[in-house]
Amino acid sequence: MSEVFLKATNINKAFAGVQALKNVNLTINKGEICCLAGENGSGKSTLIKIIAGAYKPDSGEIEINGKKYSAVTPKDTIREGIQIIYQDFSIFPNLTVAENIALNSELARNKKLVNWKSVYDTAKKALEMINVQIDLDARVADLSVADKQLIAISRALLQNAKLIIMDEPTTALTKKEIDSLFTVIDGLRKQGISILFVSHKIEEVFALAEKITILRNGENVISDDVKNFDRPKFIYYMTGRELNETYYEAQKTSKEPIMKVENIGKKGCFADISFELHSGEILGITGLLGSGRTELALALFGKEPIDTGKIFIDGKEVRLRDVKTAIRHGISYVPEDRLTEGLFLTQSISRNVVASVIDRLKGRMLFLSKPKMKEITSHWVSDLKIKTANVEDPVQTLSGGNQQRVVLAKWLATQPKVLILNGPTVGVDIGSKNDIHNILRRLADEGMAIVIISDDIPEVLYNCNRILIMRKGRIVGEFGGKSLTEELLAQKLTS
Amino acid sequence: MKRYFKKIVRKNEFYVLLTIVVLSLVIGALDQSGSFFSIGNAIDMMRSMTTTVIFALAAMIIIITGGIDVSFPAVAAFAMYTTTKILSDSHYEGPVWIAFVMSAGIGLLLGLFNAAVISFFKLPAFIATLGTQSIYFSVVTTFVGSKQITNMNLPIGITNYSKEYLVSIKQGDVLFTLPSAILFTVVITIIVFVLLRYTMLGRGIYALGGDRIAAQRAGFNVRRIEFFAFGFVGLISGIAGIIHTTLMRNSFPYDLSGREMLVIAAVVLGGTRITGGYGTVTGTILGVLLVTIVNNNLILLGIPSEWQTFVTGLLIIIGTGITAYQNLKMRRKVQILAEK
Repeated sequence: MSEVFLKATNINKAFAGVQALKNVNLTINKGEICCLAGENGSGKSTLIKIIAGAYKPDSGEIEINGKKYSAVTPKDTIREGIQIIYQDFSIFPNLTVAENIALNSELARNKKLVNWKSVYDTAKKALEMINVQIDLDARVADLSVADKQLIAISRALLQNAKLIIMDEPTTALTKKEIDSLFTVIDGLRKQGISILFVSHKIEEVFALAEKITILRNGENVISDDVKNFDRPKFIYYMTGRELNETYYEAQKTSKEPIMKVENIGKKGCFADISFELHSGEILGITGLLGSGRTELALALFGKEPIDTGKIFIDGKEVRLRDVKTAIRHGISYVPEDRLTEGLFLTQSISRNVVASVIDRLKGRMLFLSKPKMKEITSHWVSDLKIKTANVEDPVQTLSGGNQQRVVLAKWLATQPKVLILNGPTVGVDIGSKNDIHNILRRLADEGMAIVIISDDIPEVLYNCNRILIMRKGRIVGEFGGKSLTEELLAQKLTS
Repeated sequence: MKRYFKKIVRKNEFYVLLTIVVLSLVIGALDQSGSFFSIGNAIDMMRSMTTTVIFALAAMIIIITGGIDVSFPAVAAFAMYTTTKILSDSHYEGPVWIAFVMSAGIGLLLGLFNAAVISFFKLPAFIATLGTQSIYFSVVTTFVGSKQITNMNLPIGITNYSKEYLVSIKQGDVLFTLPSAILFTVVITIIVFVLLRYTMLGRGIYALGGDRIAAQRAGFNVRRIEFFAFGFVGLISGIAGIIHTTLMRNSFPYDLSGREMLVIAAVVLGGTRITGGYGTVTGTILGVLLVTIVNNNLILLGIPSEWQTFVTGLLIIIGTGITAYQNLKMRRKVQILAEK
């Protein structure tokens, strides 16, 4: 089974003088699961868009099923059986599952009228092909991300897909959902369908791929069988530097807890949560989606106040009624979704950084003091190594990793005693992820108390000296970071 | 059975219907004259719903695509007045259908002009139609005329048609009549229903409102759908304009202005989401019925007409508030592990 399905040779593409792809090659065999890896900005999405026909390459050749093209159009792509599942899935939240699955193929057949029976029949068959069950009458808006993805996959299959390209398919999935997605993908491979899987998550790449192609700065770095890779090698090729994964050990923790919670609960979210947090330590709280981890974080930040139990800061009981109170007590919260909750995307970097300390910037006559703003911004930009040419540029011009640093800067500017981070590195590539972890370790060593809430197992495992596991709104276990392995932790999350 | 019931209860239409029933019972119980539950009143309400339903369907179609059209009364006034003016100036004495065709044609052109403005400047529909509706009103009143064309001057075909009744009932001294123009409303309603439910074009309208980019990627010709939607809406607005003339037995361009807000309110009450993608014909008709009951009958209870708009406003807030609140509640459900 080494018949070539798609072969792209010497692809070049430049945007406004910037070379996005330089002589890039990619080969995918029939029935093969190939992973395309690379950090943000390495050219992965450009390459995919060229294969999809959305961009025209400046030079190079694409061969699909033995047919040579200098550039493909979206129509060629679909005819040749290449289907792309975008990160946003391109589905219609307002329509039912059945219609979402069947609509595209009905359109492709140039139908003018809708035969609802055939829509339902087609949808049912498509879901049977990947062996999953979803209520056909449900509105897609009410479904989980995982189900939406399955809908996108089954829709692609209806178009006679021979190659399915998935753009970072696991970004918003839980561990369990990822596992069932992998089962589906494996089933597709057995049917002779090729998969090109774009990802920068090491665990997934190793769990799934047969072949790995890595891009860096728009160039091929390596393309080889997965068995010739190991973790350090993969990271090295991705980032161009060696990163070492070590367990975090708290340097010196305070004797008295800086924060202590006793039997706190919130109806419908979590119950009976107790723990102590000392300054100088990084506490991990992990659990699946829906385990109550996010709700707990919001409660500790006063956003969704608790119904029962007590919270102590520095030994004194406090009532965290709202966000303002929490900030006054030295608590800061870096939210899960930085795009909607953490940043003012269209505003400048400097305005974002000072947003949380705006009261302290009053100059003469209630106006904001420009020099103070500048001082704070330049301090954090250099301290957190935010890569930007101009701090007056809008935040949306930055990469994911740098955006996350701006969120971090915004909250560090409040000089918190307790820093709570919810999914601190979601959608951030390995290099920046490592940098952010190092920043957190440094902050803890300097005496801050940090809580990382995350379902990214290695993140919690390596960066937290203590880990609490949550399931269905309760803490079901506490472990020292070093006493666990990735497999063990993954197991404890689900069982 | 239980599941089926649950499904109905979750539908917006159910709540609108419930409100209508409750409101009717309250009005019926408090109304001393007993005229609320009478055939005469029913005919009166159907009469006033004749054009409102067409306008509401027009507004709904655009809202489903993800835009808001505020120009349909202006389109209707332009089409209606221009048609009647031309026909009366030329002393036209032929059948009425030519008036309908002319008005529909003018409406279609104005609707397509809306679509052209939106797609050329890439403007939100609301802004674009806010602009075009002023233009349409001003053009018709400046260049065509602003004087009322009264019954005596209307073409004989229109005057005769306005006396064609589907039903006429005498209650006491009062004659209640249901003009046969309501058949247009019925036919248009059926066409819109079939269009939205059983044609790819109709599903494209929903898809467009759900996710524009996804609709493009799926292979819908988004621009064509938009031109169709605005063109169709212009066309039925033109027809509604002529119907308005036959009901009022005069043609006056200022008549229809300001109708858009009440119509959009009825559409939203009927469960169409202002953000696009959701809306049904049944819901919209129920919404119009609800607003009509409020506007026509609160007076029977001795509630002054100033307060009718208050009640309409209240219904909008409560009606849309209930759906928003339900969505909020659905999202909050998390199951907590049982006590150890």
